[in-house]
Amino acid sequence: MGTEKSQAAGAPATKRQFRIWRGDETGGDLKEYLVEVKEGEVVLDIIHRLQSTEAPDLACRWNCKAGKCGSCSVEINGKPKLACMTRMSTFTADETISVTPLRTFPIVRDLVTDVSFNYEKARETPAFAPPPGVTPGDYRMQQVDVERSQEFRKCIECFLCQTVCHVIRDHEENKPAFAGPRYFIRAAELDMHPLDARDDRKEYAQAEQGLGYCNITKCCTEVCPEHIKITDNGIIPMKERVVDRKYDPLVWLGNKIFRRGQVPQTSVTSEHSPGAVRTPAAGPPGFHSHAGASHDPEAEAQAQAGVNWHREVPKPTAPTLDETGKLPLTELTFDRPAAPSPFGEDVSFPLPPEHLNYAHPEQDKH
Amino acid sequence: MTTTTRIERHHYDVVVIGAGGAGLRAAIEARLAGKKTAIISKSLFGKAHTVMAEGGAAAAMGNVNSRDSWQVHFRDTMRGGKFLNNFRMAELHAKESPQRIWELETYGALFDRTKDGRISQRNFGGHEYPRLAHVGDRTGLELIRTLQQKIVSLQQEDRREHGSYDARIRVFAETTITELLLDGDRVAGAFGYYRESGEFILFEAPAVVLATGGVGRSYKVTSNSWEYTGDGHALALRAGATLINMEFLQFHPTGMVWPPSVKGILVTESVRGDGGILKNSEGKRFMFDYVPDVFRKQYADSAAEADRWYEDPDNNRRPPELLPRDEVARAINSEVKAGRGTPAGGVYLDIASRLPAEEIRRRLPSMYHQFKELADVDITREPMEVGPTCHYVMGGVEVDPDSGAALGHVRGLFAAGEVSGGMHGSNRLGGNSLSDLLVFGKRAGGHAASYADGLASRPRVPVPAVETAVETALAPLQRDTGESPYVLQQDLQAVMGDLVGIIRREGELVDALARLGELRERVAKVSAAGGRRYNPGWHLALDLRNMLVVSECTAKAALERRESRGGHTREDHPTMDPAWRRVNQVCSLEGDIVHLDRKPLPRMRPELFALFDRAELAKYLTDEELAEFDALTEEER
Ligand SMILES: Cc1cc2nc3c(=O)[nH]c(=O)nc-3n(C[C@H](O)[C@H](O)[C@H](O)COP(=O)(O)OP(=O)(O)OC[C@H]3O[C@@H](n4cnc5c(N)ncnc54)[C@H](O)[C@@H]3O)c2cc1C
Ligand code: SF4
Ligand code: SF4
Ligand code: FES
Repeated sequence: MGTEKSQAAGAPATKRQFRIWRGDETGGDLKEYLVEVKEGEVVLDIIHRLQSTEAPDLACRWNCKAGKCGSCSVEINGKPKLACMTRMSTFTADETISVTPLRTFPIVRDLVTDVSFNYEKARETPAFAPPPGVTPGDYRMQQVDVERSQEFRKCIECFLCQTVCHVIRDHEENKPAFAGPRYFIRAAELDMHPLDARDDRKEYAQAEQGLGYCNITKCCTEVCPEHIKITDNGIIPMKERVVDRKYDPLVWLGNKIFRRGQVPQTSVTSEHSPGAVRTPAAGPPGFHSHAGASHDPEAEAQAQAGVNWHREVPKPTAPTLDETGKLPLTELTFDRPAAPSPFGEDVSFPLPPEHLNYAHPEQDKH
Repeated sequence: MTTTTRIERHHYDVVVIGAGGAGLRAAIEARLAGKKTAIISKSLFGKAHTVMAEGGAAAAMGNVNSRDSWQVHFRDTMRGGKFLNNFRMAELHAKESPQRIWELETYGALFDRTKDGRISQRNFGGHEYPRLAHVGDRTGLELIRTLQQKIVSLQQEDRREHGSYDARIRVFAETTITELLLDGDRVAGAFGYYRESGEFILFEAPAVVLATGGVGRSYKVTSNSWEYTGDGHALALRAGATLINMEFLQFHPTGMVWPPSVKGILVTESVRGDGGILKNSEGKRFMFDYVPDVFRKQYADSAAEADRWYEDPDNNRRPPELLPRDEVARAINSEVKAGRGTPAGGVYLDIASRLPAEEIRRRLPSMYHQFKELADVDITREPMEVGPTCHYVMGGVEVDPDSGAALGHVRGLFAAGEVSGGMHGSNRLGGNSLSDLLVFGKRAGGHAASYADGLASRPRVPVPAVETAVETALAPLQRDTGESPYVLQQDLQAVMGDLVGIIRREGELVDALARLGELRERVAKVSAAGGRRYNPGWHLALDLRNMLVVSECTAKAALERRESRGGHTREDHPTMDPAWRRVNQVCSLEGDIVHLDRKPLPRMRPELFALFDRAELAKYLTDEELAEFDALTEEER
């Protein structure tokens, strides 16, 4: 932190307009508050200030105040965010800031929602199966192999991805059948765990978690405060691998994007995306890595070598947005439970295995 | 009891209060012992404080340096705690933590690896060898998630066997316990409320494990969350148990100091373990000036030697940035006092000039992220501004080292984790907490289960006690003349921060006690606006009395202990006094007044004494004790 910035710490506070949802399951509405804001503060600070002044009973969850526990999830100006990681300086000076509870879950009071849906889904996901016959202390794994799963284990269970996913946001009826992105990456994490003794994680995700409902809109990845590549590194590989065993309409769409040696044609793959194709050896953060989250050239090289990598590394994909910057959702007229795929409907399937773009630790054994 | 007050009743064999590392490990053990177990937590499942731990969990596995062993770990722990530790706890901890860490792998944990595929271990302040099992800088998250998932897997087993996930182990999230209920001197249950609804809940159980964490919320600048109001400490006191070492609080040397809103949030010690250095506003690397005599043998006195250590730890002494936390915190405090601090009142922690940007991002991803997003500082390019923050309480429930059973006048009460005392003596080494949670969590859970087994009759919950508990809980809502709980909390934080902080003086401590006395009356009349549903003002009002009684323990014990040791520094008694090393201060409650007693420390067994060399012991022990040591080594020869 630079010296000049610290000196500014004593800058005078200003008043800002807030609109905060107050109420419970019987109803409520947005209440206006004019609150003092000091330099360097985040939205959670403002909520705390309100609690200690005008609104002592304003309900809001928080714990760590440092983006580590995932308690303080709310929607700020309609976007799912961590209140403790949203700095006031990201708003313009005259902007009214609205803070509302997560939309996908039932209201408890004010900014607190009933997130038990997530804990139920967690309980349904089969746990880690320890490898038989390996005694504690004898577990041996390579760093490059654990990194794949470690990326997903960064998850702080803020449930922002769960609240944003259109399959259940405003679709209460899909909830029983759909576990949501948080639990897809839990399944992916176990699937990629070097020593997990179960080998049906993908089939489980498909059959029990409702992976087929997901049409890779990537909204979940976009909101993840831990920057986990939920779709690219979790969901898509899970979908691809089930191809030879199970039908998933999304898989053949993947074919369209990942065809060998061909620059993907659909508008889904953004040409301007910051993570353009790089040589596998090294690359800045954000490039499509096959060695989990490491971005380590050596790990990358090993990952490449280990799986007979014979294709060009595809670009990360971005969703198609319309002129308002939103995803076009035409669910009403569509024949699947969720929105149509952003990849177009013109690809044939099943997808030939050599077009799959995923390095499973035991890929060569199958 | 007013007839309209509904109380939900549950029956369990073991009730674990706290869902951090210690609580979850205890619950797993109790459930594995076949007991019907409840886990209670103030926040959501998986959000307890443990989630925030960054650096790692210390265990002498010897994966990185094979010379490491439990004996070396034991020695480091005792040194770090300035020999005030309960030696038996330090011994059990050093011996058992490797197994507890390996066990986590069988639950699915994925630690960072060495080249040969074993668990990687990193350097940390006060540890002689690289010893901290870690996952980047989010080890606590891995630990709690793993235990959480193990509990889920046990619930899945129970469902297959009994048809319900909750058959033998159930989590009560967002539920606060306000009172323990006793049948004579035996624990009979626990009373509390659901935060979501404000409804009351009563657990009838013969054995209760306290795993409620620490007390840091009584300080303004702290790395601790709202949960850390010393509930477990206060519950134990009120149930007739005793607290020890309450004067020892750890101020972590490197908390963020800018921007003001994040003041106190932790900057992990791994930044220093991985090469980060401390500089004052004049650009001087000042820690070389603050190596105390007791540590001269292990710490470098020149930058050249210190820098060689990262590559060749066997032939060089360690950089002084890695001294135990109390030393570093005091050094920073002195620099700032001498006018060599940064504008925001800290010092600079520089990693940018020490490692390539890429490497910093790889090794310290969440620190990079935290500074980028909270302070708009790129730590790969600029130094961080840091200063001491209240972090950990060494003091806690006085327990039997082997079983975790609380001493004092109560049976059926167990404690593990930060809420228990003794293990860390006067100062905790970084990384020793996470392993402490596992080792003593398991022990407390196991012993609570066998205690419940051994009972001839179940204790009964006395009805009048429940009525009183209900009245106490509802009182703040029914008063509308008292002060706001937020104001009272701020005042309490001001007293503790200003008068019972890092550096303490007799006059200020006396003053603090007087002010705490005034606050006690104000807290008794606190009123909370609003209803019972998820009302944070009401919750805080109820927590205040716990914060207050625990603060009184700290202030009283700090006033009595006329020496400086570890997490207790007296400006008017600046040196360590060997006579005080033999004394634990024990707090108990008489009526609602905190009572302080002195109790001799348990005597270390001869073979453990023999692990140290005489020159080192001479710095800590009284002449009398040294003579005994000499007699002992004499015999062996
Ligand atoms: C920022 C930070 C970084 C740290 N880094 C490290 C590190 O690198 N290595 C290390 O070894 N240690 C570290 N520590 C210390 C360590 O994390 C804690 O000491 C440890 O996690 C405490 O665990 P616990 O199980 O005792 O309690 P916690 O994890 O704090 O859990 C307490 C539980 O008790 C519950 N509870 C409390 N009161 C009540 C009540 N009245 N009713 C019901 N439930 C209640 C809470 O809801 C919570 O679930 C760090 C601490 C902090 C703050
Ligand atoms: S990518 Fe799939 S899981 Fe993620 S938000 Fe879109 S539909 Fe939901
Ligand atoms: S995957 Fe990301 S967004 Fe989803 S719960 Fe985890 S941390 Fe939050
Ligand atoms: S308070 Fe922990 S993530 Fe915001």
